[in-house]
Parts: sequence; C-alpha cells; structure tokens
Amino acid sequence: MTEGMVRRGHGIADLADEYDVIVVGAGPAGLSAATMLARFKARTLLVDENQTPGGQIYRAITLAQSADRRRLGEDYWRGRGIAEDFLNSEAEYAPATTAWSIQSVQDDAERIVGQEVGLSSTGMARLIRAKQVVLATGALERPFPIPGWTLPGVMTAGAAQIALKTSGLVPSGKVVIAGTGPLLYLLAAQLIEAGARVSTVLDTTPRENWLRAFRHAPGFLVSPYLAKGLKLLRTVQRRTRVIRWVSELAAEGEGGLREVVWRAGGCEHRLPADLLLLHQGVVPNVNFSNAAGCAHEWDEAQLTFRPQIDEWYGSSVAGLSLAGDGAGIRGAEAAAIQGRIAGLGCASRLGLVAPAERDRLAVPLRRSLARAMRGRRFLDELYRPGKEFRVPQDPDTIVCRCEEISAGQIRTSVSAGAGGPNQMKVFLRCGMGPCQGRLCGLTVTELIADERSKHPCEIGFYRLRFPIKPLRLRELAALPQTQTAKVAVLADLADTHHSADWNERKPQ
Amino acid sequence: MGACVAWGLARRGLRVCVLDEGDIALRASRANFALIWVQGKGIGFPAYAAWTKAAAEAWPRLAAELRSETGINVGLDQPGGFTLCLSDRELQANVDLMVRLHSQTDAVIYPYEVMDHRQTKARLPAIGPDVSGSIYCPLDGHVNSLRLFRALHAAMKARSVDYRADHAVTAIEPRAGGFALNGAWGTVRAPKVVLAAGLGNARLAPMVGLEALMKPSRGQIIVTEKATPFLRYPVVTVRQTDEGGVMIGDSEEADGSSLRIDHSISSVMADRAIRMFPLLGDLNVVRTWSAFRVMTPDGSPIYEQSETCPGAYVAMAHSGVTLAPQHAFSLADYIATGTIPKEVAVFSTRRFRVPASV
Amino acid sequence: MFRRLSDRASGEVTFTFDGLPVRASAGDSVAAALLAAGVRACRTTPVSGAPRGPYCMMGVCFECLVRIDGMDNRQGCLVPVQEGMRVETQHGARALTTEPAQ
Repeated sequence: MTEGMVRRGHGIADLADEYDVIVVGAGPAGLSAATMLARFKARTLLVDENQTPGGQIYRAITLAQSADRRRLGEDYWRGRGIAEDFLNSEAEYAPATTAWSIQSVQDDAERIVGQEVGLSSTGMARLIRAKQVVLATGALERPFPIPGWTLPGVMTAGAAQIALKTSGLVPSGKVVIAGTGPLLYLLAAQLIEAGARVSTVLDTTPRENWLRAFRHAPGFLVSPYLAKGLKLLRTVQRRTRVIRWVSELAAEGEGGLREVVWRAGGCEHRLPADLLLLHQGVVPNVNFSNAAGCAHEWDEAQLTFRPQIDEWYGSSVAGLSLAGDGAGIRGAEAAAIQGRIAGLGCASRLGLVAPAERDRLAVPLRRSLARAMRGRRFLDELYRPGKEFRVPQDPDTIVCRCEEISAGQIRTSVSAGAGGPNQMKVFLRCGMGPCQGRLCGLTVTELIADERSKHPCEIGFYRLRFPIKPLRLRELAALPQTQTAKVAVLADLADTHHSADWNERKPQ
Repeated sequence: MGACVAWGLARRGLRVCVLDEGDIALRASRANFALIWVQGKGIGFPAYAAWTKAAAEAWPRLAAELRSETGINVGLDQPGGFTLCLSDRELQANVDLMVRLHSQTDAVIYPYEVMDHRQTKARLPAIGPDVSGSIYCPLDGHVNSLRLFRALHAAMKARSVDYRADHAVTAIEPRAGGFALNGAWGTVRAPKVVLAAGLGNARLAPMVGLEALMKPSRGQIIVTEKATPFLRYPVVTVRQTDEGGVMIGDSEEADGSSLRIDHSISSVMADRAIRMFPLLGDLNVVRTWSAFRVMTPDGSPIYEQSETCPGAYVAMAHSGVTLAPQHAFSLADYIATGTIPKEVAVFSTRRFRVPASV
Repeated sequence: MFRRLSDRASGEVTFTFDGLPVRASAGDSVAAALLAAGVRACRTTPVSGAPRGPYCMMGVCFECLVRIDGMDNRQGCLVPVQEGMRVETQHGARALTTEPAQ
C-alpha cells in the first residue's frame, strides 16, 4: 500500500459554506473534473459516497495490492493514476458523504447565481453553495427483472466485481453468470482468473443483434475493444461452459436461490445454483439529474433516458454539468476525458480560463474522446438486451423490488387509468420505496409503453424527489431555519386557512 | 374532486367523460395529506363546518360503496384526531379558535376535548415532553389517499366513465344545447360541463362565464421510510399511513410561483415533528415535495353554476379528501338534477361580493 | 457462496451477526463481510416479509439493509465493518418503540 495515497478526507463539519465548484462522484469523470478545476485554482470540493476514490469502475483502487493488479488487469490499474492526480491536487475531498439534494440559487431578478447542494455524512446534513456543480454520478446496472430475481443468492455481476475489488472475495459453490454485455465476459474472465469455478455462462444476447451490430463493424475493427473482447471471450470459453441464445431465464428457490432455469435449443434446462450473477449492461444513474430538473431524452441505441448536455457537458440547468456515464454510457476511458472537458467548461464559466484557451486545451481531449468511443456503437447494438429481459412477459415477475409490485399489476393498472410512471406511483406505490425507482424505473416506462403501444420517450420517467438518498429526519431538523419558514409552518396554527377576511384583502 | 364528481354522476346513470392531463400535472390530489378533518374549520362560515361535518359522517358510506364496487379497501380510519401544541400559547390559540367556532351565529356544534400533556400522553404515548397539550376531536380521521385515488379510478371504470388521460382542455365553447371542449386531441361535446381542474379552473372558468377565485398557497410534505405502527390517531401535521410511512406536513406559504423545495421549511416541520414524537428522529426521510393547494379566498369550497352559460359548473376545494363523499353524492346530485340544494348554494362566489357578515 | 482470496494482506476484525461472532477483514463493508461469512439473506421486507440479501453492493438497491449497533435500516454495503460492531437481521419495517433510547 502506498502511504501517500491515503489522504485524509474532510469531515462534513470542516467543509466551507461555499465553493467555486462541487463535484459529485469520485469515479473517473468526477476525479478528472476536480483535478482539472483545481489546476485552474478553482476552489473545488469533491463529494463521494464511498470511503476511497475510484467510483465503481476503479473501486478501492487506492487500496489495491499487487495481487489485485494481477487479477483485475491494467485497465483497472489505470485508475490509480487518475486517483493519484486528484489526491495530489488542491481539491478538497469529502469521502463517505452523500449528496442528497441540489437546487439552483436565484437572485432577486430570478437569475440563477449558483447551486446549493445538500450533503450528509456521519449523521449530519449541510447545505453548501457552489457557483458550478459537476454531477458525475456514473452508471448503475440495468434492471434485470426475471422471475425470482429478488431471491437471496441472486446478485448483479457488478456486485460480485465490487466484492472482488474491495474485499478480495470470489464466488464459491455453484455459480451461474447470465445476461449480455461486454462486462459479462470481463467479469466471468476476472472471476475465473481469480480461481472461482463458474459452472455456466448463460448468454442472453439476441441472435438478431449480430446482424444489426455488423453495420457498425468498421468502427469496432479499429477500436481497442476488439482485441480485448476476443481475448476475454477465449478465456471464458476455454474455462467454462457458455450457452447462447438463452430465453425464459428464471431463478427458483424457497427463501433463497436453488436452481436456475432457462430455455435454449428448444427445451427447458435446470441447473442447481448457489449464486446467480445477472448483468445486461449499465445505464446512466439519472436520479440526481432528474430530481435537479435537468431535461432528459431517450437514447434509442442504449434504451435508456439520459440528460441532455452541450459540448461542455452543461445540462439544461444553468451551472449544472454532467460528465461520465451519468450523461450516457461511454465507458471509463471516455468518462475521464469528459471530466476534463467538463472541468474546462466550468473553469471558463468561472472566468478562470479564457474561451480561446479553453477551446485550444479541449482539442486534444476531444480527439482522444473520439478515439475512446470508437466501436461503442457496435457494442451498443450487439449487447442491446432483448425485449423479454427488459419488459417482463410473465405477469408474476416482480418489477418494483421495494414495494413488491409485479409486471401484471403494472399492465392491469395501465388500463385502469395509470398511463404514465407518475400516475403508476399513485396507483401502485411502485418506485416509492427506498431505492426510489433506480431498480424499476426503466422497466416501468417500457412496460407502460408496451401496454399502450407507444414509444418510451412518449411515456417518460418517474419524476424524482429530494432527498435522492435517505437522510435522517434529525439531520433535516438541524438545517438552518429562516423566519419565513417558521411562519410558513406556524401560521397554520393561527388558522389562516379559514379566515373570512377576503374583503379586506381584495385589491381596491 | 373530478373523479368523485364523475363517479357520482355515473352512479346516477349519466354518461360521463373525464378529460385529464398527462402523467405530470399540478394535481392537488397527489399532494394531499389524506386527512378527514373537521376540527378547526368554518370560522366565519358555519355552513362550511356543517358541510365538513356531514362529509366526515358520510365517509363510511363512501368507503363501503367504493369497496363493494371495486374491492379496494381505502383504509378509512376515523378514531378521532389531535392537534398537538408545543407551547401554552399555541394551545391557547387553538382553544380560542374552537371556542369562537362554537359560539358564532348558526354554529355547528360537535364534541372536542382540550387535553393537557398528561391526558394527551395517555392517548399518544409516543409524545415528547415539549407537547404542552392538545385538542382532540372524535370526528377526525384519515384514509389511504393513494388507494382512494385508485379506487375512484376503478369505480369510474366499473361505471363506464370514459376516462381520457393526456386530454388537456385548451378551449371551451358554449354551443346551443351544450358545450364543445377542445384540445390538441380534438373536440368533445356535452350538454353539461363540470370544471374540477383545480388550479386549471382559473383559466377555464372565464370561458363559460364563471370565476374561479383563488389565492396562491403552497404546501410542503415530508415522507419517511416505513416504520412499525407507533401512532394510533392522526395528528393534523403528522400521520402514519397504514403501510407504515410517516407523513409530516402542512406548511402554508402564499407562493404560487415555484414548486422548489424549501429545505428551511422542511427543517421547521421535521424539528416540530421530532419535538412532538422524539422517536421519529432516526427515521430516514425518503421524499419531500411541495404542491399548490386549490385555495379559494376564504379557504372554503366554491360550487357554482354559470348564470350566462347554464349547464357549466365550477367545483373547487382544497379539502378534496375530507369532502370526497359530499362531492360524490350531494354535489353530483345537484349537477345531475340541476336543482341547487340550500346547503350547496351557500358555496357560490356570491359570498365574496357581499360585505362580510362576521 | 463467497470465499476470501488469501493473497491480500489485511487486518482482521470481529463483529457479531445476530449475536454470533463473525470474522472479517478490515476495510470490508458490512455486506461484503456477511457474504464472506456465507450469509445470503440479511433482512425481510416490510411488505410481504420475504427474505432478501445484498444485490448491487453499490448503494443503489437498498436490499442489504441491516440493523447496526441498534440502528435500523442501514445500508450494509456502505458501512465499513468495525471491531465489535453489532449487526442484526433487519426484520421488516424499522422498529419504533414508544420509549426511545436516549
């Protein structure tokens, strides 16, 4: 362990009341944005939920040991340089801190003059202002609603990877990996290299994707993904059984996973399993940008909503930028570059770099970004998850894990008058549990679209509310209270609702 | 409001079409606190107290009918409700209010009890030492408002109400023998039209010779994660739903411009809720939101038929849950028959044109 | 269902899960430590009482909720395990008792 890399972060009480920039998320995009801004002498705070920098892709990178480097490969190790650059910068760092709210601050003329970010750590909440905010909240795994996916013993592939990165844990017992996407084979290869016995990989990539992807093959052939992908595929195929064209995937068991069931080659198959790892790609984690009121659009190639951004990664809300996978899935390498470009954009808006200089500095970055994104379209098309795995066909399949709402209930409620996800919340409480729609939002949108024969972009997404991560009522109660706020609450006790003095108030 | 009236009209055999907005709209029904509340209402307007009291009494009938028509249990619970006070001054203000309510001309008399800390604690063991006293009214209660919303939709469907979402109305034209309602979606014609569009009434009412008087009123609500039951009775600012979540709310600001959450208001509400019930301090907050109330100038409902365009009605009230039975039964009867019963006629806007009598 | 690779150096801590002692590595999250100890289900849901266990390990799914040192509904994947920590199964909704511990 390199001693210099474990710099003590700032406790929430030590933070200033105001910064030039607050960056949320310590993955490649957030780290790079904060480093860039610190270089321009912007007073920068990076806030992150985890204990150490790296995000999910470079999770625990500053604590990684040589065994981890061997196991997880050079792509993972690259994160170490990104984290080191950040830790050596002048930016302040608040680890183990959640950001739960962000709202624009307006002046008397209703112009946006900055943002106010709600933070929480160790049982204390604060509202901290910044002239600019960069949200780099990354991706989360696309919901994979199959029958039995709520059983203990069913996890995401990313979860197993995090357990490997942070604690050196590898699956044991009978392990099945199922789904589609480049990370599926990466994880399978990593787990196998680490000594896990993976009984079977069930590949749910639909046959027709190969045809569609072929159109984008030229880009892929010159991308770094190709060689890496082929190597992974070879490793996995040599060391475990890979079954393709899988459909009707299900997890079964009482109180926990016992068997994985699927169809392939025209018949049903069953396999006893202790652990089923699911993965069908990642999607932008839009909860924060959604609650902040940023405009979003449907990305047809990636089958998800993503925030609208300009060339400097600015969102539709003034002073709020979005970089990395949270703004659309482009991968870790692209995220780091996007972070730098977003940082340049913020620095320029802060007046710390002249527009001409900003543009000059961005040229090589944009060139690298284009290179990093080559082959992305091919991957998007090839690993586009099949409809049956996004829009559950079995009415009993749970869609909202928190409130335990099934696909059938959602379909029935559409005809009962719930034509959109927000009406659906009112009808069924779906999306109203603690995960706040993160694990059901896309499924609910696509189910409603399917039931109404409409496009998901016409259906829209949940409208999300603060706090986007739970905080205790006690923390909320300890925030500053203005006199106006006290009047707004206590006036009720004076019964202003019911006074009959309309004539007095009527304008003359 | 709209769903109650539509279902009520369909119950009387009318063919009803509901034109609703899309998935995201300023729906007051999404932002209610789900109380069925009598205490404290009707200062200067005893008829409103009577209307509210009758609503509370009619609630069991509404819940039973909805259940038999849809199978949905709306979770009606009327154990009586509390107003908790955190100082002697607050308690005195509330006691004064109740005394004034019961001593005004034509006052509607209903039972209530003023309790000190010890008496309150006997009913609400979870209260903290800062609670100086309370007012308890046995008529008060609450429902599960999400299930009420769903039940009304199911009941409309069972009565063949033609419910159309994404049908915002842009114009209403009075025509011979009825009205034409227009939107981007086309036109619907009907001999009668009921404006139950909440804040939207301000725009629609003038099209049919009506006036929807409103003042801005913004409220904010905090919702916590589910918890085991701790609160037997609803409190006017704190209630536990039958699913376990705790709702904290009922701020009021004269703000009609922004639905931005004011964390400072959340803080005051959270602080007061914890002083009332200290065990709430560690609960996780999962949602806060704000909404505009449909607040008439005096806070009482407006029900009125247009004089220039007969057949057009406006209906608005901020207590859509409390008054739901009145809207589904009495108001629907009035609109169906065209005869205005005395207890409904008092809610016309004429009351704003004569000098206040109190 | 998970085992720990032996090629990483890390200090050891001991905590309890439902009263039984469990050994973990310093730096483990509570959820990772439970997985390493063979615990699949760590809570039951407030809606149906169904058992659930860690699912995403990155703080978004809220499936790994546990009671930690008497505090209900903590996200096990975000809390680092500490020596002597008391971790318990989260049974349904958060428990509220009328006499709160001060």
